[in-house]
Amino acid sequence: MITFDDVVKVYPGGGTAVDHLSLELPTGRTTVLVGPSGCGKTTSLRMINRMISPTSGRVLIDGQDVAGEDEALLRRRIGYVIQHAGLFPHRTVLDNVATVPMLLGRTRRQARTDALGLLERVGLSADFAKRYPAQLSGGQQQRVGVARALAADPPIMVMDEPFSAVDPIVREGLHREFLRLQQDLGKTIAMVTHDIDEAIKLGDVVAIFRQGGVLAQVGTPRELLEQPADEFVAEFVGRDRGLRSLSFDTAAGLPVRPVSEAPDLLLDDAGRPAGWRTGGGAAGTFTSADSLRLVTDLTITSPAGMAVRVGPDGKAEGVVSHHDIADHLVRRRETK
Amino acid sequence: MNLSYLLDPAHWDLADGSIPRLILSHLWYVLLALLIGTAIALPVGLWIGHTGRGSFLAINAGNAGRSLPTLGLLMLMVTLLGLGLAPVLIALTVLVIPPVLTSAYAGIRTLDHRVVDAAKGVGMRPWQVLTKVELPMALPVLMSGFRSATLQVVATATVAAAVGLNGLGRLLIDGLAVNDYSRVLAGAIVVAVLAVVLDLVFALAQRWVVSPGLTERSSK
Ligand SMILES: Nc1ncnc2c1ncn2[C@@H]1O[C@H](COP(=O)(O)OP(=O)(O)OP(=O)(O)O)[C@@H](O)[C@H]1O
Ligand SMILES: [Mg+2]
Repeated sequence: MITFDDVVKVYPGGGTAVDHLSLELPTGRTTVLVGPSGCGKTTSLRMINRMISPTSGRVLIDGQDVAGEDEALLRRRIGYVIQHAGLFPHRTVLDNVATVPMLLGRTRRQARTDALGLLERVGLSADFAKRYPAQLSGGQQQRVGVARALAADPPIMVMDEPFSAVDPIVREGLHREFLRLQQDLGKTIAMVTHDIDEAIKLGDVVAIFRQGGVLAQVGTPRELLEQPADEFVAEFVGRDRGLRSLSFDTAAGLPVRPVSEAPDLLLDDAGRPAGWRTGGGAAGTFTSADSLRLVTDLTITSPAGMAVRVGPDGKAEGVVSHHDIADHLVRRRETK
Repeated sequence: MNLSYLLDPAHWDLADGSIPRLILSHLWYVLLALLIGTAIALPVGLWIGHTGRGSFLAINAGNAGRSLPTLGLLMLMVTLLGLGLAPVLIALTVLVIPPVLTSAYAGIRTLDHRVVDAAKGVGMRPWQVLTKVELPMALPVLMSGFRSATLQVVATATVAAAVGLNGLGRLLIDGLAVNDYSRVLAGAIVVAVLAVVLDLVFALAQRWVVSPGLTERSSK
């Protein structure tokens, strides 16, 4: 666990960057620090690995004040993913990744062998190993940055906007890989982003900062979307937070109507939805495990205004319209 | 004026005063001056680049070095120290220091600070940051300073002959003394060729020691 205990950072001549921050980052989870530009996210992050010292207050890792630790040794056990990758231009991709294991005294050969495995882990083939950073795309560099931070298998990772320099499609892919990796590895991660969607998608816990380095609210993504503490947080998580919070519920509790109430629906011989009689196109189908947000989306895009629930065998089980979803949400609110 | 002195095989044996012997002694002065000068200027330049203290000195060293009359300095040193290798080396070392100092300073100053930050961030100690990241990255700039120092010293080491030492200056001074212009020409040509060859050697060395990741060859 990483603990910020009443931490203040005042830059000489720069005003207060972090203002009395108290925050706990749970072990094995991803905590995302998010907020508008200049609100002290990077400053907070860099106090974890002592790249910056607090003006007052303490940062603790598992109860130990980091100020009492040897700087270099501390940093070697905290994987650091630097904004825009920060790779060493004079070293090959492989040697970049092998950096920390070699600082820790592993042999070059061993470190390089391990590095190859890590490259694969972050989705880069062995062809990239001998290249130099200048020969990679921005997205590839960021993967190498992540691999380098992972190389010594540190229990803690701090990541400063690790996915910012790439286009939305590449970012989507990196997000998927991040979630898959984190599921395997279960690191204690502190991540900075200014993108609230990224925070909600990747964070187990999200801490929202406001200008002046003040923590506005901390909670699970769902808590932030459903119970924003104030106007600032509500505004920051977005006007569409209602719709987005639907991603946290599955369609399991959503009642469906019998298929007979949708005469327009075409079924094949096996009873699987084949399309709509009018309006054309395939029928949008979901299972009980899909999110309410997906179902809502399907009803909106369907020519019949309905989505079809299918069972594991693909057979149509029932249909819902957007009215049904609206009714369901009203009932859910009333019972809460 | 002709090439007879240069082309006469008698001047290419290994006897005292032969061209190969003069080249060797010339190279010896150059090498010593480069070593001593670099040993002084490199750490100082790196230190100034790091701390920013005394950057005025580093920036202006280049101009100061160029405006200093080497022959005058040499004569002064001879008066102070007497004849010998020392005054020559001091005069030549003074030539080496400015370009090496300035390039070491510039090499550190122009480093991408984000990369240096990354080096600290992954847990390198200050010494490791310097040797594993800063120096390798500053190497192209450093090498260019070193090469320009070399060119200057090769040309100027001819002054050694003016105070009784050897080196290719012998051909110039002795040739002038006996009005043997063919010998003077031989000296000038050999000095020029030596400068070009040395620069070529260092250019090759540079290709070898500078990471391909830092050169044009690797960029897209
Ligand atoms: N070295 C410094 N000296 C003085 N002021 C600084 C320094 N570094 C940061 N600041 C100031 O501290 C505040 C917080 O900076 P910080 O880099 O932590 O912001 P951030 O939340 O990471 O912003 P961004 O999203 O733009 O990266 C800013 O107002 C910034 O101008
Ligand atoms: Mg930042």
